[in-house]
Amino acid sequence: MSSRRIFARPARFAAIAPYVWMVLFFLVPFAFVLKISLSQTAIAQPPYEPVFALTAGWDALKAAFAALSIENFKLLVSDDIYVFAYVRSLTVALTATTLLLLIGYPIAYGMARLPKSWQAVAMVLVIVPFWTSFLIRIYAWINILQHDGLLNQILLALHLVSQPVVWLSTDSAMYIGIVYSYLPFMILPLYATLAKMEPVLEEAASDLGAPPWQVFWLVTFPLSLPGVGAGVLLCFIPIVGEFVIPDLLAGSNSLMIGQTLWLEFFTNKDWPVASAAAIVLLVVLLVPLLLYERLQKRQLEQGR
Amino acid sequence: MRKVSRLSRFNVASLALGLAFLYLPILILVIYSFNASRLVTVWGGWSLRWYHEFFNDRAMIEAAWMSFRVAVSSATIATLLGTLAAVALSRGERFRGRTLFSGMLYAPLVMPEVITGLSLLLLFVALNAERGFWTVTIAHTTLTMCFVAVVVQSRLGSLDRSLEEAAMDLGCDPVRAFLSVTLPLIAPAIVAGWMLAFTLSLDDLVIASFTTGPGSATLPIRIYSEVRLGVKPEINAICTLVIALIAVVIVIASLASKLSSSQGESAAPL
Repeated sequence: MSSRRIFARPARFAAIAPYVWMVLFFLVPFAFVLKISLSQTAIAQPPYEPVFALTAGWDALKAAFAALSIENFKLLVSDDIYVFAYVRSLTVALTATTLLLLIGYPIAYGMARLPKSWQAVAMVLVIVPFWTSFLIRIYAWINILQHDGLLNQILLALHLVSQPVVWLSTDSAMYIGIVYSYLPFMILPLYATLAKMEPVLEEAASDLGAPPWQVFWLVTFPLSLPGVGAGVLLCFIPIVGEFVIPDLLAGSNSLMIGQTLWLEFFTNKDWPVASAAAIVLLVVLLVPLLLYERLQKRQLEQGR
Repeated sequence: MRKVSRLSRFNVASLALGLAFLYLPILILVIYSFNASRLVTVWGGWSLRWYHEFFNDRAMIEAAWMSFRVAVSSATIATLLGTLAAVALSRGERFRGRTLFSGMLYAPLVMPEVITGLSLLLLFVALNAERGFWTVTIAHTTLTMCFVAVVVQSRLGSLDRSLEEAAMDLGCDPVRAFLSVTLPLIAPAIVAGWMLAFTLSLDDLVIASFTTGPGSATLPIRIYSEVRLGVKPEINAICTLVIALIAVVIVIASLASKLSSSQGESAAPL
């Protein structure tokens, strides 16, 4: 038996503790979300019924099962507020991801073309903002975008506008916030594929007479597609469920689904509807999630 | 042969603009935290007034202390579990339930936080657990161990496996080979994983809001409720302190990884 296979046996045992943890705190909770999404709201603590009590005996349990209903899901598809929230979440995520790709690609491309020793520095510079708090970064933008904030002061001083522009509580503020917060997630996977690319390929194309834009479009971009895919998924999926950024920067007249869920849960104390909204959100994100998992697995587990 | 210039003017411009975009807002926030004026938009000279205000704000200090304790404990548990998971995935070859295992580990990386937070809260309510320090710690551990696992796994994947195999050919049992050869080599990634888990926990608002109980707000929860009411210079001061703490953590992390990687390189040829 090779030493590699002997090594594998105890390595498998290492899975036990994290496995149990993830089943208990990641997988099992979804069962509760599903169950409560099928329950009814009640003025009680916890605020839903039926409540399962395993000690109450078989008949009580059967009665509880019979009381489950898909009422909440019917509400979600029939009430415009929720339908709009899902549609808005998807449009915002799609628009923001497109913006991120357009802004992130040139930066990643510039990084990959730096001399090798500078690339490491540039990478650290891109990662560092990702380490500073999300909330702080949004707050930094509130400072800049507020009525008499820096942006308006600069615009006024340059005579680009004659009176302060309203930035806060608008979609543009929200897009600025999203792009700002997610930019490192877009840049890093793009950079990773671009840096691995053989420069000879581009040189060959240009030696054969291709103008720069053709070199980019026919050689560079197709080869960077795995990075594009990773960056797009890494941004799109969490943006669909984003709460903090739209809550603090966008107006309150059209909500994203993350905000609706939050509102139902914390303000209306309607746990069953919040749970049903979470289940629907999960179903909407299932395909991108599975794509992302496959990509991640390929990257980490097969030869890189 | 014509040498293609690698770095065009367009490349330089996009890099410079990109980095300015990433750093200017934070820089402005830090500068205004030293502003003497109550109006956040008017410069009234340098002052430490808002830091003073923060240190006299009991509720804020308590929240900061709570966040710090949660971050340290959840990062430590997450590093332990995440490293074990990474070892199992990159060295365990095939085992039953492997697909489910890696699926559970990669999903939380992108899963919207509202879903993770809500589902954990419903679990805690069903278990009748008292919500506070431990429920937030468990929630943060669940999220951050996945990040640790990815960081450590990518380091394990790039490691030369013949080193472990050589140790075993020389008579080490697998556990010994792991502890004396593999572990020192992946130490920088483990340190980086801990730091990442620490900052992610310190940063989290959504999951903590769902899983905490009354009376045990974390720092982001307090900051969030203040920010909703508008810009306050005291918040700038707190944010600057958090940024400073994270900067210290990053410097320590990079020093630690430099130290152990230079050791690792000198150990490698042996």
